[in-house]
Amino acid sequence: MLLSPYPTTGERIRITLLWIWCGLVILFLLVPILIPVPLSFNSGAFFIFPLEGISTRWYEVVLGTQRWQSAIGNSLIVAFGTTLIATTLGTLTAIALSDEKFPGRRIVMPLLLSPLIVPVVITAVGSYLFYARIGLASTYAGIILAHTALASPFVVVTVGASLTGFDRNLMRAAAISGAKPLTSFFRVMLPLILPGVLSGAAFAFVTSFDEVVVVQFLASAGQRTMPLEMFIGLREKLSPAITAAATLMMALSIVLLVVANLLARRGQKRPGTAP
Amino acid sequence: MSALQPSELDRPALARGRSAADADLKSVSAALRRAEFGDRLRTLLLAAPLLILLGLSFGIPIVLLLSRAVYDPTIADALPKTTVALGGWNGQGLPGDDAFAALAADLKDNQAKGTAYELAKSLNARLPGARSQVLKTARKLESADGQAALDAVKSLPFWSAPSTWPTIRNGTHSLTSFYLLSALDLRWNADGSIERVPPEQAIFVQVFLRTFFVAAAVTLATLLLGFPLAYLIASVPKGLAAILIVAVLLPFWTSILVRTAAWTVLLQKFGLVNDFLLFIGVASERLDLMYSRIGLIIAMTHIQLPFTLLPIYSVMRTIPPSQMKAAYSLGAKPFTAFRRVYIPQVFPGVMAGCLLTFILCLGYYITPALIGGASDQLISNFIANYVNVELNWEMAAALSFILLVFTLALFGIFARILGLDRLKLV
Repeated sequence: MLLSPYPTTGERIRITLLWIWCGLVILFLLVPILIPVPLSFNSGAFFIFPLEGISTRWYEVVLGTQRWQSAIGNSLIVAFGTTLIATTLGTLTAIALSDEKFPGRRIVMPLLLSPLIVPVVITAVGSYLFYARIGLASTYAGIILAHTALASPFVVVTVGASLTGFDRNLMRAAAISGAKPLTSFFRVMLPLILPGVLSGAAFAFVTSFDEVVVVQFLASAGQRTMPLEMFIGLREKLSPAITAAATLMMALSIVLLVVANLLARRGQKRPGTAP
Repeated sequence: MSALQPSELDRPALARGRSAADADLKSVSAALRRAEFGDRLRTLLLAAPLLILLGLSFGIPIVLLLSRAVYDPTIADALPKTTVALGGWNGQGLPGDDAFAALAADLKDNQAKGTAYELAKSLNARLPGARSQVLKTARKLESADGQAALDAVKSLPFWSAPSTWPTIRNGTHSLTSFYLLSALDLRWNADGSIERVPPEQAIFVQVFLRTFFVAAAVTLATLLLGFPLAYLIASVPKGLAAILIVAVLLPFWTSILVRTAAWTVLLQKFGLVNDFLLFIGVASERLDLMYSRIGLIIAMTHIQLPFTLLPIYSVMRTIPPSQMKAAYSLGAKPFTAFRRVYIPQVFPGVMAGCLLTFILCLGYYITPALIGGASDQLISNFIANYVNVELNWEMAAALSFILLVFTLALFGIFARILGLDRLKLV
């Protein structure tokens, strides 16, 4: 498609240059995220190639020491809490917004998306200021609340996208057949938009699990999450344990987001009238 | 009226007369309106839990923070008697002895309550050097009363310096523009107009300019790298395009912190980037890339590249290749066809990608904190520093205020001319 049927020399040169340039760009994109993987299996304590030998000692540090274990535990608590609240409330809001009767969508939508646009330091500092006054600073609840603000836009957007393919007549049909609103939600709507909901949940989980700035301001020493441990480690002393933690976090987010995107695509393709 | 034929449906109404039919119609439309209103209310109620939660967890914190930029009651609270005594002062020369006596009494109270340090810090922010003077005076006053206290205050030259009392009087107004002006390196001068602070005190304009420069450099770099790749992905067959798009999405799905961590490893003096530069002969010796502006821009470009590329790609995908062929067959040279047929159509995507990257760059914190040097810290790092190190909430709030104004203005432009649908989140 790139070359015309009878390419001129100039065209060939241009296309070749395009391929070379794009090859370099792809290397630039991929090499940095792949580099920590081999380094995390290095048996030496330095970040220099060639590797001294293969070992899992840095993974033993991350998965075996108390400091990292409690960080992983904290991350899971916060991420699951955030996912639960953001997915439930975000789904309800997406359903409301997809109804053409919803008043003021043009105002509500930018407001809902604003946590993604407002610089995260401002969110973090503001939360710290307010939560300290109402006793939520240094609590899991406080971190989960702040993360819910950052994660819920993803749920609203993904569930909203899956609802565009949903035929509202199905809900009317269910109501005519005598189903109560809750029944028709759980038996008719939810099964059809479930891929979108699960995809939103995965986005919410990753958003919270990867978040470090809000946690830095809100968490006390006992609530350090995995990214915060990494951030502190990077500031203090660069240890190969960081590369092991980075590899684990990268693997988790990539797996979850691959699943989320496959689900989202499925949710959008599927017509609402399918059985 | 006579032209109106009564329809079948109107017959029962006709039997009861025209006015009864009108009443029926009215009650029906009222019922419809009620039902409509009920539906609207129900959709609002569905959205309400999240909206309320966001208001509490996100809206109030931000409003509260921003209010700290313009509302600072520290001095007014600490100096209530002085505030009253200065009510009648015209601002010229020195106030009367009653103001000095009130100040002495207030300082004594603060020393007794242990709030002298707060006051000293707050005054010091407005009048450099005030901290030690306030603390010294407050200590002196512990054992002085009445005339002795008044003399103790008057004996210190600081309290008779020309700028001291105007500063105190400004400070007793809780609503203040002092911090917002400071965040732009401005201040009120003695005759009530706004002036620039002396160059040796100016910090923030430079930091804002630096933030804009880094954001612009990163935006340009992502466009130069991203546009050709987006074009290639949009032009190759589907299977190959899917593989190439994964190369874009894998870094996109990795967190900013992890990618920043990777770059701290790569940019080390004995890291891979230096190895590479030596190998291809660009550099003759190992460069200090960590804690440098260029290292910061490279890492931020890597992180932002997918944000710029994806909106461009999603527009390019919709442009049928037959258009370019049509342009060629009509005699356009490749460059002309590209410039006059292709570019105008992908322009909204380019705008969306670049604007998104620029907006996000303005708020960068993690990457400058870990990869930038002392002179590469962006505005977010200054905000965090004012909270964590200086404990100066007002200054942090004022810088946040201005950063937020820039960010929201650009976001408003984005939403207005491009539409929120172009905001590719996922």
